Amino acid sequence: MFVSYKWLQEYVDLSGVTPAELAEKITKSGIEVEGVEVLNEGIKGVVVGHVLEREQHPNADKLNKCLVDTGADEPVQIICGAPNVDKGQKVAVATVGAVLPGNFKIKRAKLRGEESNGMICSLQELGIESKLIAKEYSEGIYVFPNDTEVGQDALEQLNRDDQILELGLTPNRSDCLSMLGVAYEVAAILGREVKIPEPQADTSSEKASDYIEVQVEAKEDNPLYVAKVVKNVEIGPSPVWMQARLMAAGIRPHNNVVDITNYILLEYGQPLHAFDYDRLESKQILVRKARDGEVIVTLDDAKRELTSDHLLITNGAEPIALAGVMGGANSEVQSDTKNVLIESAYFKGATVRKASKDHGLRSEASARFEKGVDPNRVRAAAERAVQLLAQYAGGEVLEGSVEADALQVEPAVVSVTLEKINRVLGTELSMKEVEDIFARLQFETNTDNDTITVTVPTRRGDITIEEDLIEEVGRLFGYDNLASTLPVGSSTPGHLTEYQNKRRMVRRYLEGAGLYQAVTYSLTNEAKATQYALEERKPVQLAMPMSEDRSLLRLSIVPQLLEVLKYNSARQNDSLAVYETGAVFLSNNGEEDLPEEREHLAGAVTGLWHSHPWQGEKKPVDFYAVKGILEGLFDKLGLSDKAEFHQAQKDGMHPGRTAEVLLSGESVGFVGQIHPTVEKELDLKETYAFELSLKAILEEEVSPLQYEAIPRFPSITRDIALVVDKGTAAGELKGIIKEAGGKLLKDVHVFDLYEGERMEPGKKSIAFSLKYFDPERTLTDEDVTKAHDKVLDAVKEKAGAVLRG
Amino acid sequence: MQERLKELQTEALEKISTAADLKELNDIRVSYLGKKGPITEVLKGMGKLSAEERPKMGALANEVRDSIAAGIEEKQKHLEEAAVQEKLSAEKIDVTLPGRPVKSGNHHPLTRIIEEIEDLFIGMGYTVAEGPEVEKDYYNFEALNLPKGHPARDMQDSFYITEEILLRTHTSPVQARTMEKHEGKGPVKIICPGKVYRRDNDDATHSHQFMQIEGLVVDENIRMTDLKGTLEVFAKKMFGDDREIRLRPSFFPFTEPSVEMDISCKICGGKGCSVCKGTGWIEILGAGMVHPNVLEMAGFDSKKYTGFAFGMGPERIAMLKYGVDDIRHFYTNDVRFLKQFSIHE
Ligand SMILES: [Zn+2]
Repeated sequence: MFVSYKWLQEYVDLSGVTPAELAEKITKSGIEVEGVEVLNEGIKGVVVGHVLEREQHPNADKLNKCLVDTGADEPVQIICGAPNVDKGQKVAVATVGAVLPGNFKIKRAKLRGEESNGMICSLQELGIESKLIAKEYSEGIYVFPNDTEVGQDALEQLNRDDQILELGLTPNRSDCLSMLGVAYEVAAILGREVKIPEPQADTSSEKASDYIEVQVEAKEDNPLYVAKVVKNVEIGPSPVWMQARLMAAGIRPHNNVVDITNYILLEYGQPLHAFDYDRLESKQILVRKARDGEVIVTLDDAKRELTSDHLLITNGAEPIALAGVMGGANSEVQSDTKNVLIESAYFKGATVRKASKDHGLRSEASARFEKGVDPNRVRAAAERAVQLLAQYAGGEVLEGSVEADALQVEPAVVSVTLEKINRVLGTELSMKEVEDIFARLQFETNTDNDTITVTVPTRRGDITIEEDLIEEVGRLFGYDNLASTLPVGSSTPGHLTEYQNKRRMVRRYLEGAGLYQAVTYSLTNEAKATQYALEERKPVQLAMPMSEDRSLLRLSIVPQLLEVLKYNSARQNDSLAVYETGAVFLSNNGEEDLPEEREHLAGAVTGLWHSHPWQGEKKPVDFYAVKGILEGLFDKLGLSDKAEFHQAQKDGMHPGRTAEVLLSGESVGFVGQIHPTVEKELDLKETYAFELSLKAILEEEVSPLQYEAIPRFPSITRDIALVVDKGTAAGELKGIIKEAGGKLLKDVHVFDLYEGERMEPGKKSIAFSLKYFDPERTLTDEDVTKAHDKVLDAVKEKAGAVLRG
Repeated sequence: MQERLKELQTEALEKISTAADLKELNDIRVSYLGKKGPITEVLKGMGKLSAEERPKMGALANEVRDSIAAGIEEKQKHLEEAAVQEKLSAEKIDVTLPGRPVKSGNHHPLTRIIEEIEDLFIGMGYTVAEGPEVEKDYYNFEALNLPKGHPARDMQDSFYITEEILLRTHTSPVQARTMEKHEGKGPVKIICPGKVYRRDNDDATHSHQFMQIEGLVVDENIRMTDLKGTLEVFAKKMFGDDREIRLRPSFFPFTEPSVEMDISCKICGGKGCSVCKGTGWIEILGAGMVHPNVLEMAGFDSKKYTGFAFGMGPERIAMLKYGVDDIRHFYTNDVRFLKQFSIHE
């Protein structure tokens, strides 16, 4: 809503409050003022001029040579290119030295050899948007009414010496979609009086009811319909001030009748419609639901097919308007219109919303109906309209109005205790202070001990419960005046859950290991949704996606991370490690059930893992670098003993360089190299990735941390090199060794691998270091040999391993 | 004999002083002090001396020997030191060459903001509550005083999966779920971070997926002043002690009264600039007193309990705090962007 500061002054005394100050006050206690526009900002030296002579420019077909009286001692010659300029007109003249928007300075000039001392202005040149300019002036200069005095400030004559407050209205404050609503609000904020117009028009002896009959079939959608008739109007332009107010509010002037209905819409918030009475072709208004397939041609000349959801105004037979949305072409007010029927009605918001949505017709009028107009302003708005029609269109107002009234208007009556107000706000207000606030709002109150009962005017339909009253008190008392406290009462220990704590640790660990945290989209396309999924499940699909690329919820994160690597690789960052923790979504069978959401951890590493160029160190990432990260992670989580890596195959992964990750024997994810064909598609260097169920890992039971005595006795280490078939996995050998080594064997690790030419074909040598230790005593050689021999026997028997000589 | 010894001493000491390296010094040691050395030779002639002279001569011989030995030792120390010096000077490196890099990634800026907020509120006695990103219409809308057909549902056009299930449009359903779990008993004190989704075309200021973090306190006697005080603590911690805050009336279906919080613009100090659109204030979050309908639907007696809630967008906060100009940066994961958030302030 655009609010003219000057117009607002008609209802509330704004003396001593500048537009900027007013904006600040309104923002703080009610409605956000999103901006204040100074209409004549950057414009200087534009006056009303009188075109005394006009003749064709001797050297240019499209230019006019004008002699203009600007109120100065001598008339001046001005060259003007506007097609509509003519002798006798009163026009806006930017004199030499004037400044127009965009810091455009007017200088004395010569145009095709003829002197020009200024410029005759169009409204565009004075800073008005083209779409707001009345059609007759949109292609040329603006022409003032003939009685406008020469030499006056043209912007003042155009009511542009004004400032416009742009209100950002929240849906509950539709009462401020009218100047009167804003006036009540501003009066309450400033603690000043509000002056409401009391329309009165002389009426003719003829009665409206002799001219029209109103009948409403759809009473629920249209509980109140008021029709008034004005005869013998003279269609013409509306007064300049009215046009100016419409333009400042974002509405384009048309003619006096249409402008007056729009003016009432702005002033009262009540949309009106003017019908050409003689084009109704009946003496009847019948409001009913449309029939399925019925057609109306609206005044934008569009043919619109209707359904029974839509409400129609008809002349008893034919539709003449789509109620609350747009009039029909057949009954439109035109330049030859003589007699006018004014409609002021209360249409149900939902009905209008449906129609405006179905037909893509959102207007100032439909927006107001949708949010609900004040039922008590329907009649007043009609009265005000006919008063203005009499005043500015020379109309003859017929006596009375014709109504169909089934509207039950009961103002809301809401009670609240002073104790509750103070308890919720944290204030110590007295009843007197609370009463004063409601008095400023012009709400009627009734106090009984601690309870105040408020009768809420119908214009404030947003107030229905005691909390709404508390808000009114709070905002007008001023949130600035509230104290700052912290909640008192039972104390609560603040903490993260064990899961949340561990998740933070996981993130920190991975970052310490060199991975950057990424956050990617959950919505993806069909191919990526299921690629690299840990479990074969149907992805969750949006009913109405915005695009193919964001149509399903992901089952895995790796495809998103590969996109991240691809994006960065293409920008000269082809060595990069990223990870993400986030939900993946597994659909459930039932329509009623929410999908299962599981938190995953995924990572992707590409290019060089380590590089220190001047020392000639350059190491591309390999499987073991990434596996090492996961092993370290399991170590941190106390899960080392439970984690296993098994050779595995997975779509999109390198067939020989991929492992399934198991925790206590259950699969929790995978790690490995991205399949070279996929790498190539994405234009990536050798790339490794992993995806694990973070939920499974973090929820795995871990034995509580317990100190283990630092060994007092030395340990004994024995190294063995085992020759085995190339296909034998180190993990398998390690398992055999651990099992056979018994209690004394504390640690086993691989320290060498040889597959070179000195080996027999098909064989390799793996060297293990075995550490024996007894916490109770110093081990003897015999003790160790006994255990060690068992190990050697076991590897020979179970894996055919031969001790390397 | 005496002269011979003196002579040897002088000779040896001179050789020692000119010895160039440890090897030469060692040769001197062997040649003078060895079993076959000249001093031993001289002493062999002692037999010819008288019993009186013998001990004197013996003492002199020892003196000479000791002095040579001391000379050698001193010289040796000297030569060794020189050798070390030489070695060290040969080992000199260029300390201006770059060191071997230690690998390190870092938090995503949004995680950084979220954890900072979480920690602030944990310190004030809150716990962190999480909930599903795919939600029931009931928890996302109805339980928050947004019944079906409510016009405010237009405000946040959503991604539906079925008629009753959608991607949550805010983290408020976590509040509804948490309250429900409390079965009408306070206090509830939670902070709810998470991803949310809205039907927006991605551009510099809109994203179909973004983060939200909300807070909720429900107890007996929770006042609006508590909300104001809490938000002040938050704003000063996140944006600095010198920032002013203001609450102004707003509207949300799930709170009544509803407010929005602005902080004073850091760029212009409140005078008005392009960042604050000339107002001197920057909008940070929405908040309010929990609507009685929301309390009642979650099983709380709204006569007895009151509460406040607030919600904000970590993207917006990160954009303001770090001057990020395009929301899409957060989801593109350009490493040149991510890397900038490694500094620990
Ligand atoms: Zn600023």
